[in-house]
Amino acid sequence: MAVFEGQNGQDWRQRTRLVDVFVWFCWLIGLSIVVACLSFISDKTIWAFVLSAPQEAGDLGGRMFPPDWAYSNTLWRPLWDTFNIATLGTAIALMISVPVAFCAARNTTPSIVFVRPIALFIIAASRSINSLIWALLLVVIVGPGVFAGVIAIAFRSVGFCGKLLYEAIEEIAVEPVEAVTATGASSGQVLTYGVVPQIMPAFAGISVFRWDINIRESTILGLVGAGGIGLQLSASINNLDWSRVAVILIAILGTVIVSEWLSAKVRAALI
Amino acid sequence: MPSLFLENLTKRYPTGDLALDSVWLEVPEGQVVALIGPSGAGKSTLIRCVNRLVEPTSGRVLLADEEITALRPRRLRRIRRRMGMIFQEYALVERLTVMENVLSGRLGYVGFWSSWFRRFPRDDIATAFSLLERVGLTGMEDKRADALSGGQRQRVGIARALIQDPDLLLVDEPTASLDPKTSRQIMRLITELCSERALTAVVNIHDVPLARMFAQRVVGLQAGKIVYDGLPDGLTPDVLTQIYGEEDWLAADREYAPTGNNLVKSELQDQGRLAGEG
Amino acid sequence: MASPALSQETARWRPPPLIKSRRVRCFLALIVGLYVAAAFGTLDINWARVADGGPRALRFFSGFFPPDFAARWTAIVDGLLESLWMTIVATALGVLISIPIAVGGARNVAPLPVYFFCRSIMAASRTFHEVLIAIFFVKLFGFGPFAGVITLTFATLGFYAKLLAEDIEAIDPAQAEAIKATGAGWLQWLDFAIRPQVRPRAIGLAVYRLDINFRESAVIGIVGAGGIGATLNTAFDRYEFDTAAAILLIIIGIVMAAEYASGVIRHRLQ
Repeated sequence: MAVFEGQNGQDWRQRTRLVDVFVWFCWLIGLSIVVACLSFISDKTIWAFVLSAPQEAGDLGGRMFPPDWAYSNTLWRPLWDTFNIATLGTAIALMISVPVAFCAARNTTPSIVFVRPIALFIIAASRSINSLIWALLLVVIVGPGVFAGVIAIAFRSVGFCGKLLYEAIEEIAVEPVEAVTATGASSGQVLTYGVVPQIMPAFAGISVFRWDINIRESTILGLVGAGGIGLQLSASINNLDWSRVAVILIAILGTVIVSEWLSAKVRAALI
Repeated sequence: MPSLFLENLTKRYPTGDLALDSVWLEVPEGQVVALIGPSGAGKSTLIRCVNRLVEPTSGRVLLADEEITALRPRRLRRIRRRMGMIFQEYALVERLTVMENVLSGRLGYVGFWSSWFRRFPRDDIATAFSLLERVGLTGMEDKRADALSGGQRQRVGIARALIQDPDLLLVDEPTASLDPKTSRQIMRLITELCSERALTAVVNIHDVPLARMFAQRVVGLQAGKIVYDGLPDGLTPDVLTQIYGEEDWLAADREYAPTGNNLVKSELQDQGRLAGEG
Repeated sequence: MASPALSQETARWRPPPLIKSRRVRCFLALIVGLYVAAAFGTLDINWARVADGGPRALRFFSGFFPPDFAARWTAIVDGLLESLWMTIVATALGVLISIPIAVGGARNVAPLPVYFFCRSIMAASRTFHEVLIAIFFVKLFGFGPFAGVITLTFATLGFYAKLLAEDIEAIDPAQAEAIKATGAGWLQWLDFAIRPQVRPRAIGLAVYRLDINFRESAVIGIVGAGGIGATLNTAFDRYEFDTAAAILLIIIGIVMAAEYASGVIRHRLQ
């Protein structure tokens, strides 16, 4: 397409002139959309506040420093709660997501017409509501506290784990399953001997991956009252006690680093 | 005057493997040298030390009296233009078209922006078209590289190396993933092009019969050392044992002999077919 | 015929355990058991309150039902549009800034000091949850979508740059080597050898991040960073649960539609 008969022999361009113009036009449209959005946002922004950001940052830094180290001793319990919210939430989510994933995968679902759409809906609904919003709802229903956090994390993670797991199930090799079926095995035996061994690595990887995400998520659930270190954080912010906020942030940083290290170790052990 | 001169070249990888052990090699201008040896003998390392895709640990590499091993990055890129390289498994950029792949051989000559907008000089484009014709890929310029067969890809690889207008060809296992017939066509194309353009070439090759057939000189490498350097006819079973280790080489030859005749016949047919196409 | 000793051996066959040492196995089981006990022990579940959850949920959801789209319709539309603007700008900016960071964070492209610098930017952006970052940007830049855009841009950095860098590290080295051997400059090498190889994934990731940013924009609004989340938060604060329900339904609808669309686009690109 992009070869021309020029004055002196053949000429070559990456694209024909028409395609070239079209591509530039697309870039222009994309750019103008972004610029338009920027101008909408700048209309809704109070620029005086934005421009005062450097002073604000200096002020905040000044108040955070030195951190109130004495406060750190009271943080062990909230950190333990945060860890539990993530771990128990992930565990519950895995227990729920395994049957859901088997129902959602095209090759293992009991019924493509009835069961599969329901399983897919559970996955989609769970995924599209953020755990903070789940927590917001659950705090009203089961009361504030760690339990609401655990359930919120679990509800959000069911969709995530379920989706990755059912995709892994759909991607398994069919030959071993055929071979097991050919021995006259029942459908339960086909699952345990033909399918489960193939998805075990994916399952382990997904659990660790989601647990790592959940540690981060559980640090903020306290903002809406669902337990964990977020409770202390929101209390300190509301009291404008920035030297304590600094300590809490350092604690969160430490937790995240430790969890990252731990999940990297577990992942390495699994592979 | 030697075109390429390796002086006491040694390469030790960070893992501790000694890939090249004080190699001395002189290649006069216009000579096609086949480099044979078992896997892991250091053939690929040797070729990559010449254009410094692999940094030699010690020793010198000279191309027409210019010391490649002493060059700073800018000058190194400049001298890489004079060394065309042809790869095992073709190493084409698979998502680019044939034409873009061929023109990528001119990258050392054109500026960044003209390469970014794919606006190459007219002469380069004309050369690209004539090279595509020479390697038998007329009309394929807008196909994506991953849509080609193995033999066609290697032809694109050859065109990419030649459009650099090199003095030296570095060829790394050009036939490793090709069927026997295509292998011979590709080797013939490379040697023909070398003689047409008076190119010096160093060709790594697994296939001893192919090396015998197409090279003017054979160098045998074993564990990073040169153990044979001479004419293809000198590759006696003893020499092969020295290079590759114990094996009944005569038996291999006996098996090869009758098919050898057949291959010569089929080659003649091929040439006729290609000429007919052209 | 098998010897008696052998048949006894085979009769006793059991699958080899995942962890070889019996002692380690028991120890791990003990740890897990203790942890579960301790975790549940300190969960402090107020069972009376949880049991009360049924009727409360009923009342709560009856407050949700029927969802009221009409009462605050203009506020909802404003919030949605604001979320959309934030998403688009943040994704565009984030991707633009991410690309050089990703190149710098790929070990096969960048020298070691640059690599560490870029990787630490990614780590910094990934450590804290978006909501925490939003709290600080709201404090710095004031309430409203500007803080939201900065938050989402920053969060995009960690995600997009990390995944793109991993992609660049996973390219076919032979193709890159071939372009280097032609004497190409570093930028030309990026353009001819790296860009074609990572382009489909890079576009796919951008679409995916657009999808994620919209979802996140619904959450960071809760802490004051603008968008539909702010509208949702206002509805909750005013106990207008029917409006909140309407907003949640709209968010779910849009997220599902966006996920479906981005899935189709990414599938096409493969």
